[in-house]
Amino acid sequence: MILNARLRSRGCALLLALTAICALLLPLGGARAQDISAPLAQLATDNYNDTEAALGALALSGSPAAAGIVAALADGKLVFSTSPRQVFLKTDAGLVDPVTQQAVASPPPVKPVRVNNRIRRAVEAAMGALSLVSPDPAKRLDAAVAVARSRDEAALPALEAALAKETDARVKSALTLARASIVMGKAGISDAERIAAIQTVGAEGNQDALAILRSVPADASPAVKEAAAGAIAGIERNLAMWGIAQNVWYGLSLGSVLLLAAIGLAITFGVMGVINMAHGEMVMLGAYTTFVVQEVIRTSWPGLFDASLLIAIPLAFLFTGLIGVLIERTVIRFLYGRALETLLATWGISLILQQAIRTIFGPTNREVGAPSWMSGSFDIGLMSITYGRLWIIIFATLVFAALLAVLRLTRIGLEMRAVTQNRRMAASMGIRTNWVDAMTFGLGSGIAGIAGVALSQIDNVSPNLGQSYIIDSFLVVVFGGVGNLWGTLVGAMSLGVANKLLEPYAGAVLGKIALLVIVILFIQKRPRGLFALKGRAIEA
Amino acid sequence: MSDRTAMSAHDTKPPALLTTSGRIFLAILVAAAVLVPALNLLTSPDAFLHVPTYVVSLLGKYLCYALLALSVDLIWGYVGILSLGHGAFFALGGYAMGMYLMRQIGTRGVYGDPVLPDFMVFLNWKQLPWFWHGFDLFPFAALMVLLAPGILALVFGWFAFRSRVTGVYLSIITQAMTFALLLAFFRNDMGFGGNNGLTDFKDILGFNIQSDGTRAVLFALSALALAGGYVICRYLVRSHFGKVLIAIRDAEARVRFTGYRAENYKLVAFVVSAMLAGVAGALYVPQVGIINPSEFSPANSIEIIVWVAVGGRGTLVGAALGAVLVNYAKTYFTSGMLAPYWLFMLGGLFVAVTLFLPKGIVGTFYDWRARRTEARQVAPEAESLPPAGEPKPAE
Repeated sequence: MILNARLRSRGCALLLALTAICALLLPLGGARAQDISAPLAQLATDNYNDTEAALGALALSGSPAAAGIVAALADGKLVFSTSPRQVFLKTDAGLVDPVTQQAVASPPPVKPVRVNNRIRRAVEAAMGALSLVSPDPAKRLDAAVAVARSRDEAALPALEAALAKETDARVKSALTLARASIVMGKAGISDAERIAAIQTVGAEGNQDALAILRSVPADASPAVKEAAAGAIAGIERNLAMWGIAQNVWYGLSLGSVLLLAAIGLAITFGVMGVINMAHGEMVMLGAYTTFVVQEVIRTSWPGLFDASLLIAIPLAFLFTGLIGVLIERTVIRFLYGRALETLLATWGISLILQQAIRTIFGPTNREVGAPSWMSGSFDIGLMSITYGRLWIIIFATLVFAALLAVLRLTRIGLEMRAVTQNRRMAASMGIRTNWVDAMTFGLGSGIAGIAGVALSQIDNVSPNLGQSYIIDSFLVVVFGGVGNLWGTLVGAMSLGVANKLLEPYAGAVLGKIALLVIVILFIQKRPRGLFALKGRAIEA
Repeated sequence: MSDRTAMSAHDTKPPALLTTSGRIFLAILVAAAVLVPALNLLTSPDAFLHVPTYVVSLLGKYLCYALLALSVDLIWGYVGILSLGHGAFFALGGYAMGMYLMRQIGTRGVYGDPVLPDFMVFLNWKQLPWFWHGFDLFPFAALMVLLAPGILALVFGWFAFRSRVTGVYLSIITQAMTFALLLAFFRNDMGFGGNNGLTDFKDILGFNIQSDGTRAVLFALSALALAGGYVICRYLVRSHFGKVLIAIRDAEARVRFTGYRAENYKLVAFVVSAMLAGVAGALYVPQVGIINPSEFSPANSIEIIVWVAVGGRGTLVGAALGAVLVNYAKTYFTSGMLAPYWLFMLGGLFVAVTLFLPKGIVGTFYDWRARRTEARQVAPEAESLPPAGEPKPAE
């Protein structure tokens, strides 16, 4: 708004003929009518000066018809009659009125509006200016970015006109930047104006602004350079802070993914003391369930596509949960008290499941689509937040809360906690530990399944999907400790955030290696994880 | 821990270094070390008994795997440490040997640089990284084959055992260790050839690495290394030291309460095991002609465990047997039309062995023999003797 006031108060000492029109129109503000009869009448002439002035007026008019008229002029299809002074568009169907597009019933004798190099330049400028006021915000944004890149001084008046009536915040920011970048590079402009422009740019505080500020001409006065340096430092601080915020956000979303993948593992490990190496494959089965659900929907009920994930979540939970109970009943219950053997047997199961999926669905990635409510993104400051990540964080939180509720509030949850704390004593109190084990394994696998539904949105759905998460999930469990879901939450989030914060400094691979080493060292300090279950047993 | 000599007073006589099965095992190895090269080099290609060179290399590879399995059995079968990262020690030994072989290529590489291996020239490196120095000398490389895995095991084990990380937790961090190394060795700027690894070897100690003679010698060396590894492991586990290891496996806390420093015993066993794995890797690389980071993959390390489990945990001979059997099966099934079913079989093997054959082939055989002996001895003596020196595999 300050900008507007400044614009209005300024006399625009500008180079092109557009200037006059600009100055004339600006005070009218946004309430300007889109009446273009005056410039149209002005076009009906052989005088180049008049044509140029008319073009400038058209460019700033924002009228929907203006673009067509300017284009016709460039193509030599704009004709005029001297009496009455009027222009027409020449089409295959004869002459038409440029505004109403109505055919002219009895055309007067006409001749084309003349064009020379000067007019051609003016046409180009007018076209650029017209896209700056196009009704489509995306087009306006493109045009603003293009102008900022070209630093074409000729575009300044059109830019200012567009700025005055722009309402979309993003386009406005782009326009402000474009204007400031032109002003800064312009020869013969006062220091005060340059510094004002620098401050405007500095206030934008993004990457583009930084690039513009770095291009302050070498012959600028010390005051200008100082202002630019100050603005640059400010922007860099700003960018660094937003960068950290963005990385923390990525870290939280990675942490949510890890939480989803690891939490089922954590409860089976907590209750039964076994590591389920086939857990990753349960995640993979969940992702393939999503794929199958979407295929069925695609062929039978295409209208339901947006609900496909909602349908897939319970199905994946039931399917993988059943597989989990099946595994527990057929294999794991025979291996009680032999944790390491269980680890090997479940590894064998994971190989079988992987190969089974490979045989049925083929080794290549399967396409799982994103429903419309999960695509797209929005910005908070300089942070870009995609709906996909946002939903995964929300989803992980919901799953975590639901699981917490199950453990706290239900009978089976109570029994699970009892078995976690002391299996033999729980058994002596009449808890059917066998049944608790089966249910726990089913629940853990079921949660892995719904994790798979979420992962199908951010990763490739292939038979190897589970393998890429299993080691990270183990680390989360080992880091967080068992017997307490909060441990898993803290473990997942700290590993996720640490991973993303390390990445910019160390690179993705080194960051990961550093994290592995940190966790290995951490385990030395706390061999039972962050939230270890307290007890008197010397050996777990 | 020399103050524990009192214990040996209870042992009426120490078990023999070599049991019957051990003697048979060594005899087979020595015979193979002589016969296979002989049948390869001395018979004509058309002869009935001729062993083609590719079979020699394949058998040599199995023997390296057998030594690797032996090293895992030493710590899993006798100390109860389930390492899911033993492939890392194998690969480190392999890389040490691979670096020696790379330096031997000299000007025969694609770029013809006398010092730098091809991949470094390709990465536009100007000089040899410091850790590559000395690998042109075989004795240094041979030392590194032992030291690289040994030192890693020492550092890792020192941290892990001192803070009493046991059971599943230990398994998981060994897996994390090999995974971290996998990622590290995939990086080009680590200086180990990135994901292509080290390959295109020309000769070893001046002998052409492709020639039949070299291959036969490498095979014989692998057989002898396996035999030597067996004797070392056998010597360790029958000694007083080995008895403590077994006690740690069965009741670590009780051993500690008795006054032993369990972590030191575990550490020694872990380091010896890692060195054996390193030797296996060093013999493996010249025979297969390549070493790359995929050797570090956690899946490889877990596969080693199933070899040991199939053969019989805590029997040493069984580990070697299991490695050869499973790998023969792998070669057989992955080369034909059955290839898509190999993973079903391997997975099934994991499940079946843990469920139905917890003592493995050799362990089950020992049990059967012990029962038979017992039945025969029922008449003369009431007491039954367990098979000499063979520990009972426990959980």
